[in-house]
Amino acid sequence: MKLRTSHYLIIAFLAAFTYFYSKDGLVATSVLYTAIQFALPLALAAMVGVMCERTGVVNIGIEGTMLISAFTAFFAGAILKNTVQGMLVGVFTGAMMGLLLALMAVNWKMDQIIAGVIINILAAGITSFYYRQNYSIPSTLDPIDLPVIGAWPILGPVLSFHGPITYFGIFFILGLWFALYKTSWGLRSRAVGEHPSSADTAGVSVSRLRYLNVTAAGAVGGLAGSYLALEAVGIFERGFTAGKGFTALAIMIFGRWNPLGALAAALFFGLTQAVTNQLMIDEVVEIPPQFINMLPYILTIVVLAISAGKVRPPAAEGIPYEKEKS
Amino acid sequence: MKTLLEIEGVSKSFGSVIANEDISLTVREGEILALLGENGAGKSTLVKAVFGLVKPDTGTIKINGTVMESGDTAAAIASGVGMVHQHFQLVPVMSVTENMILGDEPKKFGVVNIKQAKKEALALSEKYGLEVDPDAIIEDLPVGMAQRVEILKALRRDVKLLILDEPTAVLTPQETDELLEVLRNLAKRGVGILFITHKLREVMAVADRIAVLRGGKLMGTTTPKESSESKLAQMMVGREVVLRVEKSVAKPKEVLLSIKNLRVNDDRKLESVRDLSLEVHAGEILGIAGVEGNGQRELVEAICSMRSRLSGEVVVKGKAIPNLNPRAAHLAGVSHIPEDREKHGLVTSYSIADNLVLNRFDQAPFANGWIRNLEEVASNGEALVEKFDIRAPNASLSAGSLSGGNKQKVVVARELSQQLDVVVAAQPTRGVDVGSIEFIHNQLIAARDAGAAVLLVSAELDEILSLADRIAVISNGKIVAIFSSKEADRNTIGRLMAGLAS
Repeated sequence: MKLRTSHYLIIAFLAAFTYFYSKDGLVATSVLYTAIQFALPLALAAMVGVMCERTGVVNIGIEGTMLISAFTAFFAGAILKNTVQGMLVGVFTGAMMGLLLALMAVNWKMDQIIAGVIINILAAGITSFYYRQNYSIPSTLDPIDLPVIGAWPILGPVLSFHGPITYFGIFFILGLWFALYKTSWGLRSRAVGEHPSSADTAGVSVSRLRYLNVTAAGAVGGLAGSYLALEAVGIFERGFTAGKGFTALAIMIFGRWNPLGALAAALFFGLTQAVTNQLMIDEVVEIPPQFINMLPYILTIVVLAISAGKVRPPAAEGIPYEKEKS
Repeated sequence: MKTLLEIEGVSKSFGSVIANEDISLTVREGEILALLGENGAGKSTLVKAVFGLVKPDTGTIKINGTVMESGDTAAAIASGVGMVHQHFQLVPVMSVTENMILGDEPKKFGVVNIKQAKKEALALSEKYGLEVDPDAIIEDLPVGMAQRVEILKALRRDVKLLILDEPTAVLTPQETDELLEVLRNLAKRGVGILFITHKLREVMAVADRIAVLRGGKLMGTTTPKESSESKLAQMMVGREVVLRVEKSVAKPKEVLLSIKNLRVNDDRKLESVRDLSLEVHAGEILGIAGVEGNGQRELVEAICSMRSRLSGEVVVKGKAIPNLNPRAAHLAGVSHIPEDREKHGLVTSYSIADNLVLNRFDQAPFANGWIRNLEEVASNGEALVEKFDIRAPNASLSAGSLSGGNKQKVVVARELSQQLDVVVAAQPTRGVDVGSIEFIHNQLIAARDAGAAVLLVSAELDEILSLADRIAVISNGKIVAIFSSKEADRNTIGRLMAGLAS
């Protein structure tokens, strides 16, 4: 099943690419470049989900985490007149949101869905209330022209000239995959997410690991938010994240809680969006823009319908851990 | 022999409940000490105190002569205490090796060295003669095998004292024998073993010394030589327990349950009940003896209409029961004491009173049309709690708060307090203490004497031999022989169970 799904994705990708490349090489590579830009915030946000849920904490507050981080990143960058400092503020904000979720989920043993909703409402409220017009950041984060790779045919213009968060994000996702499956941190985290009492009796502190992972995941969410505000567009609006945090959850499920799987799923989402955009620009098909904006949500529903029942979430997710009392 | 563990004057209470009261015990190197007691006697609390999972109120615990800081699991592990928990502490989706190294992984530059871990696992399983496949995933393993992994996990940390909390509760008789053999071997190597159980036969077979707990107090220590099963039972329960069931001769009448050419698939879609026919008469107990996994579960579920029948029929009082309709089976007069009480017998978050009407909550007098009659439910609850000796302060408590034996009594009370035609009892005394076993057995006999046809499925041959009026031996999904209780012979039945011709 796993192989077949990825085969379909690759075939769809090659077909689309060949079509565009035969028409216009420049446009084709630019579509792929855009696909990576669309995919990156989704992939990073999906990592937030992977890191939390693998240790057994459901995080539906990714949307709120990204929104409030984008907000603080943008306004800090604008006020300090320094985009990099803005990004650091954004990452810190995300970490604080993670810490808040850990506090509610691990210490207070709250229902984790409700805890996530609280974060989303909090973020929506704060970012609307304190939103001010007429602020701007000095510039977006500078794109990097990759040496050697940038000169490659076809792939060069696709891979080169992205912003620093994009490159860092991709390396982070690869590193997370390695850490999750090859290091003792990963083994322990997965054990805590599947069967926490086994980890506990083996001398692994369940709450410490959950705190660590959920907070670190929050920082990653902060990075995703900063990307949107500081690297992708360089502005902030109310409701700026437009459901990307929820789409990320679908991507996480589609990617089977595996960082590489989620990265592939995010690229698929990004590609679909980039292709549709291009079709609209070329006026090949005339679709009202409202329908284009619906696309991520429709895709989310389709993907979840396909993968529902076939994937198996971490067994202990959403359940507060309590040591046996007697 | 050196003394490994010294428990001196340990007391522990939870609120107003005294779990342990001034208990002193020792375990020496290479000794198997069986800790015997009914459910709720304080056995688990005591060993958890040793392992540092519970802080005793008073008293000291010394391991190898050093006083242990109370409530420090890591220190207990470091000084060589290992524990095999009643509920396995294994991650189901991970491999045997991964489970064994969790919390203490061999590392190379921060990366888990899985190759070395696998080697270690193999070496360890060879050293102790506990064969396991280090790459196998835990959830694919049978229970006995998973328990081996638990034991190996403890042994890997170089245990000197191994604590096993009711290790045989989940095992088949074969797996139990293998485990007892493993324990003997470990003891020969000098490991001290503290073994909790309430099964007298195992204690007599394997223990060097026996300590009996009752109501949180140590009733005394003895040895298998100085004692007998009935003496131990008396120490445990505090009164004389009749291990041999006393019953009058059965007076079988008409056929109430008849199974004709039944064929049923198991969960893996393999045929596990093969063309089975059987008749049970009013006023008799028919016992089904067999090694677990020979179609008993599927047979029971097919009779109760919980599992689809490929072909054949189940007839109760001359009426065929429709396929896959448990309610129809219930209304036709089938009472079912399921094998897994937590899964099929109870809703643990509901009150005891609600659980006692789970199959008739919508019928008079427990409901008037659509409206439940809660007063009637409550008074029925209190009456059954009293009548079936369910040890609970009141019937409005959640069923999940009861001990295993009392949970089972709730199921038995519900199923046997209705119109009795056919009673299907699957493993009715599994994981239940001696006192409750006696009670449940008497209830089944009372049901028989009241004119019910009782079908008893049990993995414990002794239970079948002492209760059943007729004994059917099941092997590979077929009834291979039927004996009357007079002709029944342990050896013959054992051979038939194992699939050998008699």
